[in-house]
Amino acid sequence: MSSWTDKRPMSPHVSIWKWHMTMASSILHRVTGVGNYIGIFIVVAWLFATAAGPDYYEPLAGLIGTIWGQLILFGFTLSISYHLLNGVRHLVMDTGKALNPKFGSFLSGLVLVLSVVLAVAVWMLSGIVPGFDPLNLAGAAQ
Amino acid sequence: MSKPQASMRTPLGKVRGLGSAKHGAAHFVTQRVSAIALIFLVPWFLISLIGAVRGGYDGALLWVADPINAVLILLAVGAALYHMRLGMQVVVEDYIARHSTKAVLLILNTFVCVGLFTVAAYAVLKIAIA
Repeated sequence: MSSWTDKRPMSPHVSIWKWHMTMASSILHRVTGVGNYIGIFIVVAWLFATAAGPDYYEPLAGLIGTIWGQLILFGFTLSISYHLLNGVRHLVMDTGKALNPKFGSFLSGLVLVLSVVLAVAVWMLSGIVPGFDPLNLAGAAQ
Repeated sequence: MSKPQASMRTPLGKVRGLGSAKHGAAHFVTQRVSAIALIFLVPWFLISLIGAVRGGYDGALLWVADPINAVLILLAVGAALYHMRLGMQVVVEDYIARHSTKAVLLILNTFVCVGLFTVAAYAVLKIAIA
């Protein structure tokens, strides 16, 4: 299995650390990054199916339309929202700002809450709430 | 004349030739440049895509066929795949210690990202130019 032959102890790891906000944020950034990596397969498949014709498009649309398809799609939206907003936090940190522990923890929590808000907002635009269509996307589709 | 500075590296270290490949800064910068592009492209893509999906197959075709949409789709998917190739590279380098497995996964990562971009580019161009 592992080719790790160094007998010396490894540095303290996840198991002995007390969980804190910025740590969770860092891990979530990676997890959602990998999630987005998987999710883009759906986007590319959808583009390909659109180019290939209705024989490809309709089965894929049917699959996405099932409850499991919708759940996966919402998870993907959540993953994108988190990675996007937390990515902005990372860009701010790259300038040397927002690095003190207290404000960092606050921003991490804020990003978590806002990412859920953003994902729900995106889905509300998709027409799950009848009559709610501020950007007139239903009109744009015609 | 001062003596030439002695190297801090051990003879064994010199022979192995491991160490920085001097590509770290470029990786850091391009990861962030693509991130900045995606801040603008991803929200447009999500909202615009929702409108397209609402119109079924015909709506999807019309959406991709629009010249501005076609260019923006290629930019969004291209920037996303470029960004995620860099990100996955770091994940693999961090967690996979074994050299052969690491090499295979890094090559696979490149194949996946270039492959997905080729499929997306083919699809968009086929619809938009036809």
